[in-house]
Amino acid sequence: MTELLVGTKKGLFVLEGSPGDGFEVTARAFAGEPVEYAMRDPRTNRILAGVISPFYGPKLFVTEDPNGEWEQAKGVALPEGGDEALERIWVIVPGEADGVLYAGGDPGVLFKTTDGGLTWELVRSLFEHPTRPDWTPGGGGLCLHSIAPWPGEPDKLALALSAVGVWLTDDGGETWRHGNKGLGARYLPEEKQEETLALCVHDLQRAPKRPERLFIQFHGGVYRSDDAGETWTAVGEGLPSDFGFPLVVDPADPDSAYVIPLKADMDRVTPEGHVRVYETRDAGETWAPRGDGLPAEHAYLTVLREAFDRRGEGEALELYFGATSGDVFASPDAGATWSSAATHLPPVYSVRTA
Amino acid sequence: MALVRLRGPLKALAGGAELPVEGATVAELLRALEGAQPALQGWILDERGRIRRHINVFVNGEKGGEDTAIGSDDRVDVLPAISGGAA
Repeated sequence: MTELLVGTKKGLFVLEGSPGDGFEVTARAFAGEPVEYAMRDPRTNRILAGVISPFYGPKLFVTEDPNGEWEQAKGVALPEGGDEALERIWVIVPGEADGVLYAGGDPGVLFKTTDGGLTWELVRSLFEHPTRPDWTPGGGGLCLHSIAPWPGEPDKLALALSAVGVWLTDDGGETWRHGNKGLGARYLPEEKQEETLALCVHDLQRAPKRPERLFIQFHGGVYRSDDAGETWTAVGEGLPSDFGFPLVVDPADPDSAYVIPLKADMDRVTPEGHVRVYETRDAGETWAPRGDGLPAEHAYLTVLREAFDRRGEGEALELYFGATSGDVFASPDAGATWSSAATHLPPVYSVRTA
Repeated sequence: MALVRLRGPLKALAGGAELPVEGATVAELLRALEGAQPALQGWILDERGRIRRHINVFVNGEKGGEDTAIGSDDRVDVLPAISGGAA
């Protein structure tokens, strides 16, 4: 049995089932309110959800039972009396130490909890970074959307922000440095591409069994790093489009990555009305479509950056993604075959498995 | 003291629909409301101390802002704005 936490424009939907037997909705929470992201921390069994009320602002809520009471987490806010307010909570990721999770938000902010998500603190070293006045938002805002811990090394983190590139720390967030060498901002004149901070990373994922390897879905380009994010190599050749939002890796295989290409740059839907996930098993040297069972005709879907996830690994790798059409698709066999997990949901913002 | 009237989740968080609150301006009054009802913190005012974009505050039926003066017999309604809804 797989649990899917599906954040949508109109609340959180919890689905339970399996790709072969289908899924059913077992809970809906925050009806009518955008749920940007929700995940269950397997260490505590808590679900954490970022709810972005257009009226009352972004809040983070915690529960063990999505049909029960939710508790508002404390501390998910910027300093009082400043010039900025928290706009959005983009992502929540377990850290390596007990009780530690990180949350990323707009405007390019990182929060940390050490009690499993009930109380949070702003990571001031990033919030007060001297380069912040030069940070540029992407189309979705100044979003900190990717947080990649290093297995077994609680002090090492890689972050990605749109559009402020990759940030690395080896000291638990005391200090930060860029990891942008090799990323190409095709949306800028050539003279500006090397020096710019305005690097629009769409998603960043680490290969757990070879932690110095990371993959990026960029705003035009797919990249791989073999040196922990210091330098990057383009590996998007062979894709029908190297634009897209989410990226997933198979934890069992450091040479693996999955992307969902979208037609660049203004259209941002599945190319030629054909929904396909693309897989590499050779670290981006070659890519192969994995679309058996996905809509193949007149299907113009948009899959957002947090709306693609996996469960298991290796031969037991399951893949799931949702689209702004309200569809959720499931694969029980690493993308070889697909079936529908849900239709007619509100626009899907995030999909996370548990 | 002015009378603050709340609806929906704000009413639930404050534990009541009508609360007497002291304050010379709307901003002062809302800060005092948050102080008396900490569960409301961040729900009406953002971190900058501004009324959230899709919240409307009316003083005796007239639209007010952070600097609107408040008298001791005034009625202050805090309402979600129609502009915040989404299809």
